[in-house]
Amino acid sequence: MKQVVFPMVDDRLNHSDKVLTVSDLRIEALSGGNWSEIVKGVSFDLQRGEVLGLVGESGAGKSTIGLATLGYVRQGCRIKSGGIIFDGEDLRELPQGRIRSLRGVRIAYVAQSAAASFNPAIGLMDQVIAAAISRGGQTRTEAEARARALFSAMQLPDPDNFGSRYPHQVSGGQLQRAMVAMAMMCRPDLIVFDEPTTALDVTTQVDVLIAIRNAIQRFGVAALYITHDLAIVAQMADRIMVLRHGESVEAGDVATMLRKPKHPYTKSLWAVHSIPKATQPQSLGLLHISNLHASFGPVKVLHDVSLDVGYGRTVAVVGESGSGKSTLGRIVAGLMAPSSGSITFDGKPCQPLVQQRRRDLLRKIQIIYQSADTALNPRHTVRKIIGRPLNKFHKMSGAERTQRTIELLEMVELNGSYIDRRPDQLSGGQRQRIAIARALAANPELIICDEITSALDQVVQAEILKMLVSLQQRLGVSYIFITHDLATVRAIADDVVVMHRGRVIEQGPKDVVLTPPFKPYTEQLLASVPAMTTGWLDGVIAARSAANSSLDVKHGN
Amino acid sequence: MSSSDTDGKRNVGTYFHGVIRRMSRVPLTSWLGIVVIAMYVLVALFAPLIAPYGEFEVVSQRPFEPWSEQFIFGTDQLGRDVLSRLIFGARNTIGIAFVATSLTFLIGGTVGITAAVVGGVVDQAISRVVDAVMSIPDLVFILMLLAIAGPGATNLVIIIAVIGATRVYRLSRAAAHNVVSLEFVEAARARGETLPWVVTQEIQPNILPVLISDFGMRFCFVFLAIAGLSFLGVGLQPPTAEWGSMVRESAALISAGDITPLIPATAIGLLTIAVNFVGDWILNETSGLSDGR
Repeated sequence: MKQVVFPMVDDRLNHSDKVLTVSDLRIEALSGGNWSEIVKGVSFDLQRGEVLGLVGESGAGKSTIGLATLGYVRQGCRIKSGGIIFDGEDLRELPQGRIRSLRGVRIAYVAQSAAASFNPAIGLMDQVIAAAISRGGQTRTEAEARARALFSAMQLPDPDNFGSRYPHQVSGGQLQRAMVAMAMMCRPDLIVFDEPTTALDVTTQVDVLIAIRNAIQRFGVAALYITHDLAIVAQMADRIMVLRHGESVEAGDVATMLRKPKHPYTKSLWAVHSIPKATQPQSLGLLHISNLHASFGPVKVLHDVSLDVGYGRTVAVVGESGSGKSTLGRIVAGLMAPSSGSITFDGKPCQPLVQQRRRDLLRKIQIIYQSADTALNPRHTVRKIIGRPLNKFHKMSGAERTQRTIELLEMVELNGSYIDRRPDQLSGGQRQRIAIARALAANPELIICDEITSALDQVVQAEILKMLVSLQQRLGVSYIFITHDLATVRAIADDVVVMHRGRVIEQGPKDVVLTPPFKPYTEQLLASVPAMTTGWLDGVIAARSAANSSLDVKHGN
Repeated sequence: MSSSDTDGKRNVGTYFHGVIRRMSRVPLTSWLGIVVIAMYVLVALFAPLIAPYGEFEVVSQRPFEPWSEQFIFGTDQLGRDVLSRLIFGARNTIGIAFVATSLTFLIGGTVGITAAVVGGVVDQAISRVVDAVMSIPDLVFILMLLAIAGPGATNLVIIIAVIGATRVYRLSRAAAHNVVSLEFVEAARARGETLPWVVTQEIQPNILPVLISDFGMRFCFVFLAIAGLSFLGVGLQPPTAEWGSMVRESAALISAGDITPLIPATAIGLLTIAVNFVGDWILNETSGLSDGR
């Protein structure tokens, strides 16, 4: 294997070891005509070569702090007080021109969505080297050579020609690695990683994590790693700071924070991964799918899929994006017709499309979507959203309907005060609860949950999963739980179906599928999920290099 | 309820506060437009109370009497008071334009959203017919249809509405396309909702802001078309007071240095500009182009 050697950071060793000092940082945001603090006095130091993980739910102020270390605040925000001292200079006092010359050169930023950050009309190479040429003082030839070396270090395919591609010609994971390469172009002193893998699949995520880890270790940069995923921060960071509502709750080194967190909030974050669930007894089939095939035009998306869902059981369908798991859900819901195969519901054959199904069958099968933002009509009130299925399936109206709506709101742990709100007046978690209440309003026997927690942060995710489990125990409803998150599967599934490229790779009770011996693809999927221990990523890297060297031996290198 | 889940709360008080705050940020041009439109509407509504004489009342033996204290803008070719006809003209011109524009949106909006929801062959068929109609210049087509159907307020309204609906169809179909792909529409289909429900309850409320801002622009067009057709003599027929025909009837005076024909023309122009100002502002507010919330 070709190994590219970069000069280590030596020319900057004369600088102090402390790269960044943030002291009592307070940031305000304009809301409803008033300034309110969203970051309330956060302080931390960052040494050269050190990685600090900022952890917290959405809205905790992680990204705001990350951007502030670039001397930037979003529109409608301002820094009220505090110091951001980068390499001896306070960014708050530097003129804009000077800050611009630092950004991208000495302080780099890696955003969550590389797809949204790259200009789709410009080739990757031009974008990767732009800052290095305009502000980093490199010539075009130098910069291109360095970019190619970095592409190769990031293990991007065909590094010599990778730069001539456009953003839409490479995958999401590759684009994210190209963005890391861009950040490394000028050998920065500090990189801010803002949820760099949140938008990726588990299997792609590992590649990006390895690339980031390599970059940090080789160049000895300091990094701020922002994420809501604790398992990831355990791999990447040396120290962790837990944020909540703009305040630092607790900070410390990774091992201590993972083993014995002190603050109750930190403990609650850590406890997310354990939801108690009694396994449902095996029962006869509510839904029986056999030999299902489906295609979008000429592209086959499902090949010979068969599965059973028992009364009151939860079947988790897992796989990467593109594995056909959502298509399966849509076919069960009657939103798409299969090209062949049969579906039996409650012992009776099921018509393929919604229009052909009887109202009673429509009532019994409900679907909940990943993004409650788009699954609820923004112009309808909660009353109308939940009231409509009550009216349609149960002929309820007037006071009876209002009464039942309030009952449903209470079932999803909200209350009657939410009845006249619109979706934009609710938080992400509350919207998903409303979507669940809408499904429950029909009194369904089967609910298809299509990635319903993957857009939510961990604490809310755990609350919703717990609620679904207790609703199942009370109502005896069955779930088809479509997800790529194996932690969720472990927490709530009875049976597991593993899908890959439209085929069922493995299926069976959770204890059989998720305990060794594994089938190869299941093992790969499981191995990609970061564990909540510090050494997990090192283990993966070691395993991969072992596998590579054994391959090299086979090829006679 | 966990505290992590409560940040979406916002009470009704702050909502109204927000409305007041938004109103205070309305630019000067839009205020001007709102005031002008309000004046026109008041004049149209209370025409019989404001006008010194009747719409058809012949008040002078001499035609084209000059401006005087008795007849502020003089009289027309039959000796009717120009000011009074101007005031009643607001009623006729604006009223008919409003009815025609509303009908335009009713037809174009309904068909456009339906085409977007149903899709497939139906959508293609309707869209190609609309393309064919749009390829014929509007004014020529309207003139031709009026020649066939004969002039008259009802024919005028129907013809203008049908022709105008093609453009509204395009707009509402495009806007509805963005909404149709959202999951709440799919959820409605999964619930077994009928087409009228999906069109009127799920989609229409979401594209309403776009349609409302376009309503202003469309209104201007219809209003100008009616005035133009009346000027040509095929729009609203005498003795109905109409600004376009009033310009025509007194047009000869301009060569004698009398600016009377410019008065109904100015009335037309001022309303067009005012509606445009307000329409622009609404578009800006609803399209998310403005920086505030």
